[in-house]
Amino acid sequence: MEITVEAIVFLVFSAITLGGALQVVLTRNLFHAALYLMLSLFGVAGLFVLLTAPFLAGAQVVIYIGAITILIIFAIMLTPQVTRVLKVHHTQWPVALALAALLFVGLVWTQTPLADELGADGWSADFTVEDPADVPADSLTDLGKSLVDPERYMLPFEAASLLLMAALIGAVLLVNRPDDNPDAEAAPAAGARPDQSG
Amino acid sequence: MTDTLVDIGLSHDLAVLIAKLVGVFVVATCGLLWTLFGIWLERKVSGRLQDRLGPNRVGPFGLFQTLADTIKILLKEDLVPDGADRWLFNLAPVLSTFSVLLLWVVIPFSAGWIGTDLSIGVLYLLAAGSLGMVATLMAGWGSNNKYALLGAFRAVAQLISYEVPMVLAMLVPVLMTGSMSLQAIVEGQYIAYGLAIPLTVFIFLASSLAEIGRAPFDLLEAESELVAGFHIEYSGMKFGLFYVAEFLHAFTVGVLATVLFLGGWRIPFVSAQDTPALLGFGSLLIKSLLVYLVIMWVRTTLPRVRIDQILEFNWKFLVPLSLANLLVVALLWKIVPDTDQIASVNDALLPTLVLLTANILLIVVTSLILRERGRRERAHIAALYGPVDGAADAAPAGVGD
Repeated sequence: MEITVEAIVFLVFSAITLGGALQVVLTRNLFHAALYLMLSLFGVAGLFVLLTAPFLAGAQVVIYIGAITILIIFAIMLTPQVTRVLKVHHTQWPVALALAALLFVGLVWTQTPLADELGADGWSADFTVEDPADVPADSLTDLGKSLVDPERYMLPFEAASLLLMAALIGAVLLVNRPDDNPDAEAAPAAGARPDQSG
Repeated sequence: MTDTLVDIGLSHDLAVLIAKLVGVFVVATCGLLWTLFGIWLERKVSGRLQDRLGPNRVGPFGLFQTLADTIKILLKEDLVPDGADRWLFNLAPVLSTFSVLLLWVVIPFSAGWIGTDLSIGVLYLLAAGSLGMVATLMAGWGSNNKYALLGAFRAVAQLISYEVPMVLAMLVPVLMTGSMSLQAIVEGQYIAYGLAIPLTVFIFLASSLAEIGRAPFDLLEAESELVAGFHIEYSGMKFGLFYVAEFLHAFTVGVLATVLFLGGWRIPFVSAQDTPALLGFGSLLIKSLLVYLVIMWVRTTLPRVRIDQILEFNWKFLVPLSLANLLVVALLWKIVPDTDQIASVNDALLPTLVLLTANILLIVVTSLILRERGRRERAHIAALYGPVDGAADAAPAGVGD
């Protein structure tokens, strides 16, 4: 068992991920919780880099930190009275703990044989073959191509796009109530635009 | 530099590490020193554009004004307001500057002069940019001040909204190059992309102006409405850090526009291999300063818009336009033959002309729609409030003309 640089980096990012996640649950300040969530997700991005998947790392930061957590913060800011939870309601945490433990055991149970199969061996496991910066651009190109290849992931990709599109239209419909819209003139003009853009 | 270190007898990994650390040090220091000069330049140019003199007391042409300001700001008392969230309050200015400096990691300064040529360069830019958003939120929230919080609210709405057209605009050069690496994008520009897709450049610059929160989109810190917005409670060097971050970000946008659309460090009519590294750097600097001049020009001449106008401008104008733009470019790029093997100026000529024509058509169509829209808006307002004499109410619809 030899501890490599990769193993140390892995441990650091794991600590960031888990520590951040723990703080999300433990802190009483909702705003802080959202920021710790960001930290935790940042740790996951670091793990992706370690796995020589820079695209996933970038997507992780852009989507989870740059969009989803920001939206969570936005929601928190709109409800300032809940930012300081002074009394903790101790009713549901045992259930959550049991579920989380079950999930953890399940993951370890299913993934250990897989790791053995791949020949991972303690701390000296080959986390990376080379410098993450020198990853061949092929992995990225391959990822892109597999998403539009009918033989591979085109169907799930299109299904996800359709789902997002439906959500988008639904959101617009929910917000656009014609009865309390004083500027009724603006609606048809705005509606005409998306047609033009296809 | 790595080679020299390896020659001394260091291991390859260690040599790379040392070279990168030196690179980080040099770029970060130069970036911040450049700010000292740049702020003077900006104040001087803004002054001239607004028929003022600008700084002119300290040193020749007021050149040392920023230095004097820096010393003043360093000596100022560092105040933390009562009830502020200390951690967030102190972390925000650092993170704000940090997020801008992070952008410089992937910027190709010249042939071979690049921090790290990431294969996901453009995505990395977006990721680093979103950290700046977090800093603004932290500052707004941590200050325990309602104006700061209002500023942060606006920041969320504005920055998130304008990220959409900015991403869609950045995708166009990515699509034309077939790579997200910024170095590859520069090398692929046998003819600067800006000549083929001027509309995309406009979308990129407009949304970037909103991203950096500069006039006419400086609603994050609108003095007349929010006193100073999200950094109202900051004094001394912490305010200085926000100031530096904002300035450096604006200049970085100039550099990014150059890299993505104006050929980066390439010199016109000189092939990438023949460009000497130092001249390439000079070329990048000159082009970036020209773009930055445009940014300053916009800032000093246009008045601030309202928050509803700014969001409307984005969602009803920029987003549909950038979507249409991306679709048109993608389609034409597929139709025009041999776009995936451009290797000289001659190869690039036909696609450039085709795209330019399509862009002009798109601009004409957009202008016609805007004119119709503006006319209807004026008729609507006239019907509600009686006839108006035009100019003032046409502003939101007329911006894109």
